[in-house]
Amino acid sequence: MISNLRFRMKRIREKTIEGLIHLFAFGAIFIVLAMLFFLFREGGVIFRVTSWKNFLFGKIWLPTYSPPQFGSLPLLWGSLMVTLGALLWSAPLGIGLAIYVAELASPKIRAILKAFIEVLAGIPSVVFGFFGMVILAPFLQSVFSIPTGLCAFNASIILGLMALPTITSFSEEAISAVPHILKEASFAMGATHWQTIKYVSIPVASGGIFCGVIMGMGRAIGETMAVLMAAGNAPIITLSFFEPIRTLTATIALEMAEAPKGSPHYHALFALGAILFIISMAFNVIADLLQERWKRKLG
Amino acid sequence: MKFLKALKVLALSLPLIPMLLFGSGKVLVLQGSTTVLPIAQRVAEGFMKRHPGVEISVRGGGSGVGIAGLLDGTCDIAMSSREMKPEELQKAKEKGFIPEEIKIALDGIAVVVNPKNPLNGLTISQLREIYTGKITNWKELGWRDEKIVVVSRDSASGTFECFNEIVLKKEPLTPRALYQASNKAVAVTVSNTKGAIGYIGMAYLEPKVKALAVEGVMPSEETVRKGIYPVSRPLFFYVRGEPKGLVKEFIDFVLSPDGQKLVKEVGYIPVK
Repeated sequence: MISNLRFRMKRIREKTIEGLIHLFAFGAIFIVLAMLFFLFREGGVIFRVTSWKNFLFGKIWLPTYSPPQFGSLPLLWGSLMVTLGALLWSAPLGIGLAIYVAELASPKIRAILKAFIEVLAGIPSVVFGFFGMVILAPFLQSVFSIPTGLCAFNASIILGLMALPTITSFSEEAISAVPHILKEASFAMGATHWQTIKYVSIPVASGGIFCGVIMGMGRAIGETMAVLMAAGNAPIITLSFFEPIRTLTATIALEMAEAPKGSPHYHALFALGAILFIISMAFNVIADLLQERWKRKLG
Repeated sequence: MKFLKALKVLALSLPLIPMLLFGSGKVLVLQGSTTVLPIAQRVAEGFMKRHPGVEISVRGGGSGVGIAGLLDGTCDIAMSSREMKPEELQKAKEKGFIPEEIKIALDGIAVVVNPKNPLNGLTISQLREIYTGKITNWKELGWRDEKIVVVSRDSASGTFECFNEIVLKKEPLTPRALYQASNKAVAVTVSNTKGAIGYIGMAYLEPKVKALAVEGVMPSEETVRKGIYPVSRPLFFYVRGEPKGLVKEFIDFVLSPDGQKLVKEVGYIPVK
């Protein structure tokens, strides 16, 4: 009788805990959905004030003038430009680093390098921004004799540094996961180490490497504090990396605090957030698909 | 009977709700300008320390929002970085009160350049031409051939609002301007950029940047207080009619030497 009661108590407890865990899981999903709903609802209101064409393709961002102008193209342009600039140098470097760590480095050097990459990943973005603003900007200014060091080039360097750990660790994981049999077969055929890397390891790991690069892109485009401090924040469309630019994220951070709630400006900032969400969502989906395909290929 | 009893209990407990929400009951609500916000916050802290049991809630939203709140009765004191507009005064009259204006502090905005820049002063119209992009090189102002790097505060800030009104006269800023999120960031940018010009709240002046005279007047506590430095403005509290009770106590505290010391601490110029 007593043991029966104990058993039932235990069952009840287990059921309760199980239920709670379910609740947490669905709670997390619910919160994400609620945030999305809010983001798109608040952002959508802007299209009552301005047409979506003017919003997406307008070239002038002057939200606090009368009449205000909400052209988000310069901001989108700025975001894409610094992301591209960051990847241009951090992707080759990150992949190279990954090959070195996975294939060539001695265990001791590998441990040191991995620790460094982890430290790089752990530095808060405001520290990167500070570095860009106080050290890199005056340096660029004197080296390239440009009017200001707060420019797309500066932001690209900083963002590249921030994307580097992501790219490196994803790529390194992918290269390390290349099955040994493949490499051994290559060696057995008389291929050199470099030939094995070039014709076996990299092609097999390419899906994972691409995935890492895209995750790095997501990291770069979503970064706020560092670009806010390093990019200069002038909302212009330019092809020169030595001009100041403004990103989507920096605009939201700069203006949200003091945009009156419910004003067109406030809704325009939410709409920028929605654009940003769609872009980084796309990056994540692409990275996921690549990883899936790559895993299937290996499996 | 039971139902009536329940209703009675409910009715009696209704006043408890605000008390539960606001603690001990004595609540003062301030709303309005984000420029005045740091003053209000610091002064409110000081006031609450001296008067335990008093709860002060300070909200932003902008001068217009604060004044609207005062008219609707949702706040006790409106913080404003501008004078009330005639239509707002009219509305107040319709609601049956004449708002009382209390000048609590002054705000001066200093125009700063890099210390390497030999210029000592600019006129308002020169400043406007620089900030709207009509003058783009220091050569045009009598220095060497050096591009002007225009640095501004973000267009939503109170500092920008003031500068915009007095200097730009609401003409749009050049799109080439760099935007920085804080006074400090503007100062850092100007201090390490040779050709830069920026503007910051006077409290943020530091030796690493050089303040310019505007219309021949240097920014200082004295010139702002005398009203001869052009890029400055008074900051106000507005209340409903003659201040009474807690509102009066709070305002007396703001204007007292202790309160004005706090005003100075957060970087504004005391009125007394």
